[in-house]
Amino acid sequence: MPHNSGLMPVLALETSCDETAVAIYDGERGLLSHTLHSQIRLHAQYGGVVPELASRDHVRRVNGLIRIALEQAGLGAADLSGVAYTAGPGLIGALMVGASVAAGLALAQGLPLVAVHHMEGHLLAPMLEPERPVFPFLALLVSGGHTLLVSVEGIGRYRVLGESLDDAVGEAFDKTAKLLGLPYPGGPHLARLAEAGQPGRYRFPRPMTDRPGLDFSFSGLKTAVATALPVDADDQQRADIARSFEDAVTETLAIKCDRALEATGYRGLVVAGGVGANRRLRARLADLATRRGVGLYFPRPEFCTDNAAMIAYAGWARLADARPADGRLFTTARWPLESLQPPGTRAA
Amino acid sequence: MTLRLLAIDTATEACSAALWIDGAIVERHEVVGRTHTERLLPLVHALLADAGLRPAQLDGLIASIGPGSFAGVRIGVGLVKGMALGLDRPVVGITSLAMLAQAALDQGAERVLPCIDARMSEIYWGAYGRDAAGLASPLCADQVVPPGAVDFSALPGGDWSAVGTGWGTYADVLTPRLPHRLLSVDGAALPRARHALTLALPVFARGEAGSADDLAPAYLRDRVALTLVEQQAARAARSSG
Repeated sequence: MPHNSGLMPVLALETSCDETAVAIYDGERGLLSHTLHSQIRLHAQYGGVVPELASRDHVRRVNGLIRIALEQAGLGAADLSGVAYTAGPGLIGALMVGASVAAGLALAQGLPLVAVHHMEGHLLAPMLEPERPVFPFLALLVSGGHTLLVSVEGIGRYRVLGESLDDAVGEAFDKTAKLLGLPYPGGPHLARLAEAGQPGRYRFPRPMTDRPGLDFSFSGLKTAVATALPVDADDQQRADIARSFEDAVTETLAIKCDRALEATGYRGLVVAGGVGANRRLRARLADLATRRGVGLYFPRPEFCTDNAAMIAYAGWARLADARPADGRLFTTARWPLESLQPPGTRAA
Repeated sequence: MTLRLLAIDTATEACSAALWIDGAIVERHEVVGRTHTERLLPLVHALLADAGLRPAQLDGLIASIGPGSFAGVRIGVGLVKGMALGLDRPVVGITSLAMLAQAALDQGAERVLPCIDARMSEIYWGAYGRDAAGLASPLCADQVVPPGAVDFSALPGGDWSAVGTGWGTYADVLTPRLPHRLLSVDGAALPRARHALTLALPVFARGEAGSADDLAPAYLRDRVALTLVEQQAARAARSSG
C-alpha cells in the first residue's frame, strides 16, 4: 500500500505523446480534477504524430490546463503536496516539456517532484474506479505503443509475462485501418467500420496461439489483411474485413489472458491502455472473466487512453520516492517496467 | 520598493541563470553542451541559495525564448512557465539574438549582427542597433536561412560587430555578403542570462510583463514536417522526375 496517508494532493502532468493532460489526486478525496487536450487534429494532417509539433503544442497548452485543474479542485499551487510528471517511456522532447514545467511548479512552492512511469500509470488506472482490483492481479496493457501481459503483485512489483515481438496492438489497428483507407488515427475508425461487418466472412490467423507461451505478434495480421483485401473492395467487404480483423485480434488477446490466468492462478484481470476502450475486446474479456470466475477491471474509457489522472494516482502512491527539484531533470524514452521497485525502496 | 528578477537561458550549448536584486546582478553561466536537463536545476538552486533568496521572494521571471535548440529552449521556457504559474508572477521573454546583441553593445559596439548556428546548414540571424536607453533594438526581423542566402543589403551603413556561433561556423560565407565594414567577429559568443535581465528590466518597469501562459518560444524554423498533401506531392515529383 502507499506509504503516505491523509490528503496530500498531488498535481500531475502527462505529456508523453500527443495528449497534454493535468490532474490532481489525493488519498482521502480521490481524484479532485482532471483535464486534457488532445492533439489528434494537429497530427491528423501529417498522417501520424510529429514529435516536434507534439512538444510545441504541449508548451502552448500546459499552463492553461494546470489552471483549469487547480480551479476544478478548488486548490492553489500552495495547497499541493507534490508535483508528479510522466518521465517515460515516450517521446523524449514531449516528456521534457512536462518535466521542466513540473520542476518549475515544484521549485516555486518548494514541493517534491515525482517521476512517474507512464505504463505504471496505466497499470494502476483501475485504482481510480470505485471497484478496485486487489493485488495480485494480471494486467493486459494494450495501446499504440505497447502490448504487455503483466503480473502485478503490488505497486512497483511487476513481472512481464508476455509482450509483442513486433507491432503493438494499437499499431496493428492503425496500420490495418490505413490499408482500409481510414483516416488517422485509424484504430477507433476501424472499430466503427467493423460494427457494420459480418463476422466470419474472412478468416485471419490468431498469431502465436498454436504454441505455448504468452508473447504476441501482430505484424503478420496486417499482411493477411493486405492479401485478402480486393483492389476494388466495396464498403461491405471493407467492413467485413475490419470485423474479421478485430475478431482475430481480440480472440488472440483473450486466449493469452486465459493462459496467463491459468498459469498464475490470479483472481483479477485488469485491462488498460488505449485499446482497452475497444468494445469488442471488452465484451470478449467479460465472457472470459465470467467463465473463469475472476474479477474484471477496466478503467473508464477516458482513463484507458493517455491521461493525467492515472499519473496523479501513481505519483501520489509514490510520494515516498519524491525528490526536491534541485537535481537532474529525469526523462527517458525507454524505461523497462520490471526495473521499477516498490515505493520507498528505490536506490538513491 | 525592491525588485528581484530571475532570468534563465538554455537556448544554446550554454546554460545560465541570473538574478537582479535591487540593481545588482549575479549570474551563473556554464557551457553544458546538451546536458541542460542535468545542469539547469542545480544551477538555479545554487544561484538562489548563494543570494539567500527563496523563489517566493521573486517579483518576476524572464525566459530566453530562443532561437536555438528546440529542446533546449523548451527546458528553460518550461521551467519559467511552471515557476511563474506556481508563484503567480509575471514573465518576459527575450530572444537569444537580442541577448547576444546586448552583450556586444555593453562592450561598446554600435551595430551588431548576432548569428547562431541553427544546424541543418542554416543560421538564425538578426541585426540590432542601440536605442536611446542603450538597449539592443532590432533593425529587421530575426530569421532562419542557409548562410549562403543571407541578404544583408538592406542594412544601414556603419561599423558592424559580428557575434555568435553562426559566425564561428560560416564566417567565410557570411563576411563577403556584408556590404559594410566588419569591426570584429566573435564566433564563440553564447547568450547569457544577465543580458536578458538588462533587456527585460524596462518591460517590468513599464508594467508590461505578461502571463506565463502566453510565454512562447521563438523557434523561427516552423516547417518541421510535411503534411499528407505535401508528402503526396513530393512522392509524385520523385516518381515523375
